Amino acid sequence: MTDFFFYLFSTIALASAAAVVLSRNTVNAAMFLIVCFLSMASLFVLLEAYFLAVIQVLVYAGAVVVLFLFIIMLLDVREDAKRKLSPFTAGAGLVGFAILVMGIIAVVSSDSIKATSEVLPEPSGASLKAFGNELFTTYLLPMQVTGFLLLVAMIGVIVLSKKLQEPEEQS
Amino acid sequence: MNELLLKITFALIVVVVLMTLCAYSVLAERKVSSWIQGRVGPNRTTLPLIGSLPVIGPMLTRLGIFQPAADGLKFLFKEDVIPGHVNKFYYVLAPIISLIPALTTVTVVPFGHFIYEETGRTIPLVLADIDVGILFLFAVGSLGVYSIVLAGWAANSKYPFLGGIRASAQMISYELAMGLSVLPVFMWVNKPGMEGTLSLYDVVVAQEGLWFAMWMPVSALIFLVSIFAETNRLPFDMAEAETELVGGFHTEYSSFKFGLFFVGEYAHMVVGGAVMTLLFLGGWHPLPFLPWELTGIMGAVVSVLTFLGKSLFFMFLFIWVRWTLPRFRYDQVMRLGWQIMLPLSIANLIAYAIIIYFLDT
Repeated sequence: MTDFFFYLFSTIALASAAAVVLSRNTVNAAMFLIVCFLSMASLFVLLEAYFLAVIQVLVYAGAVVVLFLFIIMLLDVREDAKRKLSPFTAGAGLVGFAILVMGIIAVVSSDSIKATSEVLPEPSGASLKAFGNELFTTYLLPMQVTGFLLLVAMIGVIVLSKKLQEPEEQS
Repeated sequence: MNELLLKITFALIVVVVLMTLCAYSVLAERKVSSWIQGRVGPNRTTLPLIGSLPVIGPMLTRLGIFQPAADGLKFLFKEDVIPGHVNKFYYVLAPIISLIPALTTVTVVPFGHFIYEETGRTIPLVLADIDVGILFLFAVGSLGVYSIVLAGWAANSKYPFLGGIRASAQMISYELAMGLSVLPVFMWVNKPGMEGTLSLYDVVVAQEGLWFAMWMPVSALIFLVSIFAETNRLPFDMAEAETELVGGFHTEYSSFKFGLFFVGEYAHMVVGGAVMTLLFLGGWHPLPFLPWELTGIMGAVVSVLTFLGKSLFFMFLFIWVRWTLPRFRYDQVMRLGWQIMLPLSIANLIAYAIIIYFLDT
């Protein structure tokens, strides 16, 4: 049964992810993104990482895509006509794809993922208290760095969107 | 197999009760509004047989007991108009989405407990007692905003669109304050030495003594106001402000699709009132510091009735506020959300973090 659900939700996730990229209508793309996030949350549930699953829905499907839709609707983005790809975009896309594939191959073929190592932490996704403890002790640095990255992104957005005025001379 | 059948029966009962509650909340809305405005309200609808019983029949008719059935039938049999200028797929999808989150969130809402007489073991009366109950509720509840956004967008005309945009901005703003306001409750429930949990049942168990509303009044207030904003009730009904936006996001909807939006709103209110009861008003405990003595079926019935009574009080509060207060202006809603509620909830969180630390040591 679990296997069946795994294949079902993986298929949905992959298909909707492809649909996000391929659909011309931006609202359709955003809706497919929600489907993708929901099926990924289901995959987390199958892994018994309930907390992650719920957070996935709460943050991504519930808040981030709403903002996407909000912007799409406010800007009134029309269905794109067939646009000619500039060679620069195509080249950058290819390079990005190659790097991604190499990364996946490197991760999958590395030894640490094949052997069940002794140092693997206890599966803490199921118990919330253990999860929180791990997050704020063992993985404190990655968490702080992620938080800091978000802060940087936020400040960047403010700087970019706010027109800086020339300092007026005080009279 | 047997267990599965039991679960399905249980789920059906919950859905039927929820739907009945929604139908009769509509009646309550009409009756309370007429009471507030010095009118009589619906008092004519009657059924052939029951209505002609002596004494009871006319009394029920005057109370409007049969009105919800008539309302429901009206929604079913009206002509279902789909305007030519709408995006058909999303136009049909939106009302469906409006009801699904409301019906899904009710699965994690515990509405009572059952204590075995012999062993004294307690089991919660809930469809799914999951460990991340409150987060599940917030997560699924936050998907409800899509119904409004899509309805506004798919209708492809000005006023519904404005309504949808307003609603999505408002719901995102108030979700933050709502999430932060319940954190002190869960900090206390998860205090050191306790089993880590976000289950709503454990929150009620933690309120056998003092209710959270009594020593976390600010949290309770922020949560209540956020519920008003999340359910799009007046004074926060920016999405459908009829004096400015015709009907708001559901302007282009008619018949059963409009009915679905209507029922969805009331289902959200029922669930909102229930969660408020669970988190801050002691769930099914009738009075603070009253030890629970009743066991068996009797205890279960009393607990469910107490819980329902408290939730219905909140339904009354929703209606009462709607017919008493004027609507906010949109910029006032946004200012209240970002400049008052959010800082207040953060300050509240920090204050209770310190208080709980000292209470615990």
